[in-house]
Amino acid sequence: MKKIYPNAATALDGLLHDGMFIAAGGFGLCGIPELLLSAIKDAGTKDLTFASNNAGVDDFGIGILLQTRQVKKMISSYVGENAEFMRQYLSGELELEFNPQGTLAERMRSGGCGIPGFYTKTGVGTVIADGKEHKEFPTGKNGAMETYIMENGIFADLAIVKAWKADETGNLVFRKTARNFNPPAAMCGKTCVVEVEEIVPTGSLDPDSIHLPGIYVHRIIQGDHEKRIEQRTTRPSASGETREKA
Amino acid sequence: MWDRNQMAARAAEELEDGWYVNLGIGIPTLVANYVGDKDITLQSENGMLGMGPFPFEGEEDPDLINAGKQTITEMDRTAYFDSAQSFGMIRGGKIAAAILGAMEVDEKGDLANWMIPGKLVKGMGGAMDLVAGVGRVIVVMDHTNKHGDSKLLKECTLPLTGKSVVDRIITNLGVLDVVDGGLKIVECADGVSEDELRAATEATIV
Repeated sequence: MKKIYPNAATALDGLLHDGMFIAAGGFGLCGIPELLLSAIKDAGTKDLTFASNNAGVDDFGIGILLQTRQVKKMISSYVGENAEFMRQYLSGELELEFNPQGTLAERMRSGGCGIPGFYTKTGVGTVIADGKEHKEFPTGKNGAMETYIMENGIFADLAIVKAWKADETGNLVFRKTARNFNPPAAMCGKTCVVEVEEIVPTGSLDPDSIHLPGIYVHRIIQGDHEKRIEQRTTRPSASGETREKA
Repeated sequence: MWDRNQMAARAAEELEDGWYVNLGIGIPTLVANYVGDKDITLQSENGMLGMGPFPFEGEEDPDLINAGKQTITEMDRTAYFDSAQSFGMIRGGKIAAAILGAMEVDEKGDLANWMIPGKLVKGMGGAMDLVAGVGRVIVVMDHTNKHGDSKLLKECTLPLTGKSVVDRIITNLGVLDVVDGGLKIVECADGVSEDELRAATEATIV
């Protein structure tokens, strides 16, 4: 079992093709697979469909692939931070499918679990429900019927994710809120490539503290991450213990 | 009339000891400043329970942000999880309340807060999941828009975030509940008469 590759380009070798469907982890710029995105840019793969909660900013994250027009379609919940995205979308160059954030996460998770569809209350009575199967279940008060819509699981050709640490067998540990979409994205890819800050020897991670088992992980690279902060927000140190804004 | 902070303080009164709560962006974020001694655990839907205040300068961590992508801190009680589990607890009704901003609310409790047709569409983020899943949806917003038109309508004109989802509305003019047949005035803001509140409200008041 050789999962470790020397760099992002070699880890993606043989996995990329035009028109493919990629699931990417990350929330905003937090926990995004920045090295793999950069390698996809260098590879020049085109007409990509991305399932990713956000689209990065103009010069970081998926934004760098928008600049090079490599993205055909985005499946996202929020794309507000990216001017180039908006320009391409409004001019019709880029397809966009909005998914409620929890629906997107569950679509990835369920796809990875072999569940091709599920019912959710999210989006009932909104444009999200248009054209989708509706079904009632007795989940309300005293068994009252409630309406749900069916959403499909995501089965991606490739998952690209970012974790904090991996062992040599691909067991992953994430750090704080950088976990976000990474585990569900990893699960829904036919192949999953992971970039980490540190590869540690097998046996050095506590088996009870592994967030995603290596069964989901096919290729691993270690590298230096920029980890850009999107909204640097602080409180004045003079305020000591008092709570500013949460 | 209440200002932003007074609206946030009033919204904080809605929260009960022991609740797990999700606060939206804008005025709802300020609610955290007014929970007082109540034991409230804040959820950040990007994968955290027990959200702490902003970090001191120099202590920002790029791996630790809230749903508004702002740097934050953790607390003793903090737990992290992935986005699927985060929305599992939202959809599963484990979050007692969400306090959200809105563009429009109508007398049936329909909520619009994510999209203005013809304008820049940024996306709904987690708003549709939250209003569909949490125990109680409390909207905090100005009573009228910048043209002076009521934001409490007979029927929402903007694309909906959720249908019949709002329980209570807190505005600069007062507090209203969504009940059968329309909105019910719970209280008027300081210095606001019931007549003034009615005059600023398009929705049916019962």
